[in-house]
Amino acid sequence: MKALAARRHDRRAPVVLLLLALLLTGGLYAVFAPAPAGATPAQAASTATADDVAAGKALFQANCATCHGPAATGSDAAPSLIGVGAAAVDFQVGTGRMPMQANGPQAPAKPVQFNDEQIAQLAAYVASLGDGPAIPSDEQVDPALGDPANGMALFRTNCAMCHNAIGAGGALSGGKFAPNLWDTTPTHLYEAMLTGPQSMPVFNDAIITPDEKRDIIAFIDQQGGAAPGGLDLGSLGPVSEGLWAWVVGIGLLIALAVWGGAKSS
Amino acid sequence: MTTTTSSPTGAARAASATADYLDQRTGIGHAVKYFARKVFPDHWSFMLGEIALYSFVTLILSGIFLTMFFVPSMGETHYEGPWPSLNGVEMSEAFSSTLRLSFEVRGGLLMRQIHHWAALIFMASIVVHMMRVFFTGAFRKPREINWVVGFVLLILGLAAGFSGYSLPDDVLSGNGLRITDGVVKAIPIIGSYTSYFIFGGEFPGHDLIPRLFTVHILLVPGLILALIGLHLVLMVMHKHTQYPGSGRSDKNVVGYPALPVYVARLGGNFFLVFGIIALLAGTMSINPVWNYGPYDPSPVSAGAQPDWYMLFLEGALRLMPGGAEFVIGQYTVPLNVIIPAMVVPGILFTLLALYPFIEAFATGDDREHHVLDRPRNRPFRTAFGVSLLMAFFILVLAGSNDLIATHFHLSINDITWTFRVLLFVAPWLAFVITKRICLGLQRKDRELVLHGHETGRIVRFASGEYIEVHKPLDAHERWLRVQHEAIRPLEIEPAEDSRGVRRKGYRRDTMRRRLSELFYEDRVEPVTPAELAAAQAHGHGAHEAVEAGHGPRELASSAPGGGQHLVDPHDETAPEGRNHTV
Amino acid sequence: MSHDNTTDVARRSAGEHPERFDDPGVHQPNPRLSDLDEKHAKKAERQVAALFTISIVGTIVFVWAYFALPPGETPESMRLSNIVLGLALTCILLGIGLAIVHWAKTLMSNKEYVEERHPQRSDDETRAGAIQALQDGAADSGISRRGALKGAGLTALALFPLSIVLPLIGNVGEDWNVSKFKHTMWRKGTRLAYDPTGRPIKASDLTIGSIAHVIPEDLHEAESPLDEKAKAVVLLVRMDPRDLKSEREPGFGFDGIVAYSKICTHVGCPVALYEQQTHHLLCPCHQSTFDVADGAKVVFGPAKRPLPQLPIEVDAEGYLVARGDFVEPVGPTFWERLT
Repeated sequence: MKALAARRHDRRAPVVLLLLALLLTGGLYAVFAPAPAGATPAQAASTATADDVAAGKALFQANCATCHGPAATGSDAAPSLIGVGAAAVDFQVGTGRMPMQANGPQAPAKPVQFNDEQIAQLAAYVASLGDGPAIPSDEQVDPALGDPANGMALFRTNCAMCHNAIGAGGALSGGKFAPNLWDTTPTHLYEAMLTGPQSMPVFNDAIITPDEKRDIIAFIDQQGGAAPGGLDLGSLGPVSEGLWAWVVGIGLLIALAVWGGAKSS
Repeated sequence: MTTTTSSPTGAARAASATADYLDQRTGIGHAVKYFARKVFPDHWSFMLGEIALYSFVTLILSGIFLTMFFVPSMGETHYEGPWPSLNGVEMSEAFSSTLRLSFEVRGGLLMRQIHHWAALIFMASIVVHMMRVFFTGAFRKPREINWVVGFVLLILGLAAGFSGYSLPDDVLSGNGLRITDGVVKAIPIIGSYTSYFIFGGEFPGHDLIPRLFTVHILLVPGLILALIGLHLVLMVMHKHTQYPGSGRSDKNVVGYPALPVYVARLGGNFFLVFGIIALLAGTMSINPVWNYGPYDPSPVSAGAQPDWYMLFLEGALRLMPGGAEFVIGQYTVPLNVIIPAMVVPGILFTLLALYPFIEAFATGDDREHHVLDRPRNRPFRTAFGVSLLMAFFILVLAGSNDLIATHFHLSINDITWTFRVLLFVAPWLAFVITKRICLGLQRKDRELVLHGHETGRIVRFASGEYIEVHKPLDAHERWLRVQHEAIRPLEIEPAEDSRGVRRKGYRRDTMRRRLSELFYEDRVEPVTPAELAAAQAHGHGAHEAVEAGHGPRELASSAPGGGQHLVDPHDETAPEGRNHTV
Repeated sequence: MSHDNTTDVARRSAGEHPERFDDPGVHQPNPRLSDLDEKHAKKAERQVAALFTISIVGTIVFVWAYFALPPGETPESMRLSNIVLGLALTCILLGIGLAIVHWAKTLMSNKEYVEERHPQRSDDETRAGAIQALQDGAADSGISRRGALKGAGLTALALFPLSIVLPLIGNVGEDWNVSKFKHTMWRKGTRLAYDPTGRPIKASDLTIGSIAHVIPEDLHEAESPLDEKAKAVVLLVRMDPRDLKSEREPGFGFDGIVAYSKICTHVGCPVALYEQQTHHLLCPCHQSTFDVADGAKVVFGPAKRPLPQLPIEVDAEGYLVARGDFVEPVGPTFWERLT
């Protein structure tokens, strides 16, 4: 027995065992954990069932009623959700803005807390409380079907003043800001325009028609990629360009001047 | 005329024939003899002005390329080209030709970016060069005129940059022009007419881009070239200044000859400057006008700023609180625009332009100066310069307040208030701190001259005393730290003459004396041979007596101690050095 | 008499020591390795040659890239062309520059020379000669005796620039009619339309919390559309009437819908950042902030005056129309704005 045990005990055995255990745990987790939330947009409200609405109501009571009230009629801390529609819920919860961490003028996007099914259920519940904007279909938000030139014309009149000429984001008053638009999904872009979240005005379908919204999405879809001139420096304009002219340009030139003027060894 | 080669080659014969031809018609031999081996002093900081010169040359070269493609017209056209977001969009010819140049001309985008990066580098290098000239006192007689010429070049550079980046007629620069129109309209009495003058009618009109084009490629560059010529001629006439050092005085120039060293340096430096600008232009995107879109008075982008060298104006406009607009009868005077756009820059630039004359007035020194000052030896001037820079810097930061807000998650309102306070507090604070640092460095220099370098070698005497051995400075190191003059406040003649009659000009003299005291009352004077000898002598009586003899407010250094001294065996000059605890 | 600082130090030091240290004289630099050892010189020479070669290679790459890498149709192809041409150009230029400077540093003689400076001032003899020459010239001209000529001549010379300046300035300002600043193209009955499409706006389009960027419907027919647009752009905001505390001009709005000029009263940028929850309108240029719920008055920033308000109503078909022009000039302050 001793000889056999001696042969079986390798110094490296504990390490290997640890790795195997980690692999097993990780694998089990990957298989059984819920799918990452927000990866695909929730389905349109029309496919919601009564079960969804009930499940949504339960989720709502547990996570949202504290601020929005048990009947979603609002309170001092939060507005009423009657009539905001499934689109608003899909946007706010789907980008992680809701549930809000702390009350304040800015609701920044953060890691999403619910999976797609739960978001759909919440949306179905809120939609059931009163008529409101619905979640757009995939075709409504497909960038390939939009005209980016018309999108740019609309974007620069309606959106660029807050979000920057190509959607890099910008400052509002009092610590609020309009976020960068390049990593947002087309559906969320559409829903934001439609519902006017937080400080953003409401751009309903009469002001910016559904086709025009798709054109804007097509425009944004093309931004945030390769800049023809090289590194885009954040697309923030002359301030960052000036900063780099000083730091890289003058920095290198002074370095070369010092080298040129130094006595050779 | 012939060279001293024993067997002249074909090239040498051709060269000498050419030289002969020219000399017979122009007398160029004089110039060649005078200039070929002319001596120029050497220091890396002298290259800063060269960076400005060569970036200007780069601007001209790349600019000529751009003029081949740019159409300076506000006539309407529709864009047809490879950029999808602008396809079919109505825009001015200026904007459309800029897009074509950027997207369809081979190397066109590179040239545009070279041109714009060169403009940023041009202005930055002017500022850095001006700083070098200021902090080393190179503007003193006989170079006051050259300082003013350089200052005018700075202003012309601003005009060139502003007119240049407005040419593509995009939303960003167009809003800058809108702001300019608003500032111009604010001028009392003539403001509205000036606006009509500039734009040829109401804003934006149809004349602006063609006019800016003429200003940008003809009027301003012409003036800049002429003034650069004057600037360089004056520099050659006065001979370049030199840093203090052994053998360098106000009566000589020590350095390398023009041919070959300086010709090589100048030529090489041009390629280096152009090369760095090309590196920026090849790798970093600048002024992507296709993102801003053609100018229209309705859209505006978050992060609406001008190029960096105009940010001081932008910051001033942002910081000014709104209440100061008042009405006289039927006429309105918007001080909330006039003060930040005209008065504040006016004050800052006037101080900058007139500084040499203010300092000369306070110093009462009309000798020529060709040896530069070490900044620490002129504490008031250095502190004043830092203070002025700080004011500009605060304004530049204020002009970027919305970007600071988004990047650091701060409230733009809080930032604005902070800069409103800092605009006044920071320059004053910078002045006080810089002056103290200069005086401290001067005291350290005195310390070093009197007591030498710390060697880190500890010696223990038999008596048990420990001292650190100091190595005295050699003559060259010492010279660097004692060559400067101690400038003292002016003394003026008494108010009344011998008969009790108050003399004319006494008030002016009093003002002058007070200004002089402001400049020079707080000072640290360089070590004299007597002081050094005293420091090296046994006992402390002699040393202290010498130091006490100086003016009552002079911040003299160290109280000496007495006691042992030890020689460093490698010492070549004065025999003793000792550590003092100061 | 300025302070003579040379004497008191000498007095204090009782003449034993000179008043200042002596200049030790030019210190020739230490010899470089390339001066001492031919091997190092050869190495430096090879380095210089290599740098020149980099430049030559750069030129070859540049020429190749010019033909082989056109900007193309996509941002990626444009970027590639720009980067390759740019980096090749960098090699060309830095190659030459570094080569020359390195050559100067390591191989060219670094002996320091001393040249004398002469004072800038011309010597007294020259000055006297110059003054004499000027005096002789003035005497020869006879101007001192003929004073009337001086006066007439100066007057003529002073006046002649008018002939250049007058047409140059006079023609440059079009019709100089600055009273145009006081009016826009809004008239009674002009429909409000979406910017930039020109589609007319119905009151029912706007829900609470929504805004629209507005131009006059007939903007495209104007002679100079951009000039008119620069004064006529309007921001239309719909608020809950209970939130609307006051209007700039009472009664100019319609059922919680208010129309304010979009031209900032500070220096003229489009003021367009509307924050739905605070009802604040922020201008991105200098952060002037207007409270749309309270007469668009300034609550922060460098602007002084509230935004002018456009009077609006609804026509028979439900479209929003103007009831007339603004009752004050739009945009930044100018001298004559109240006349």
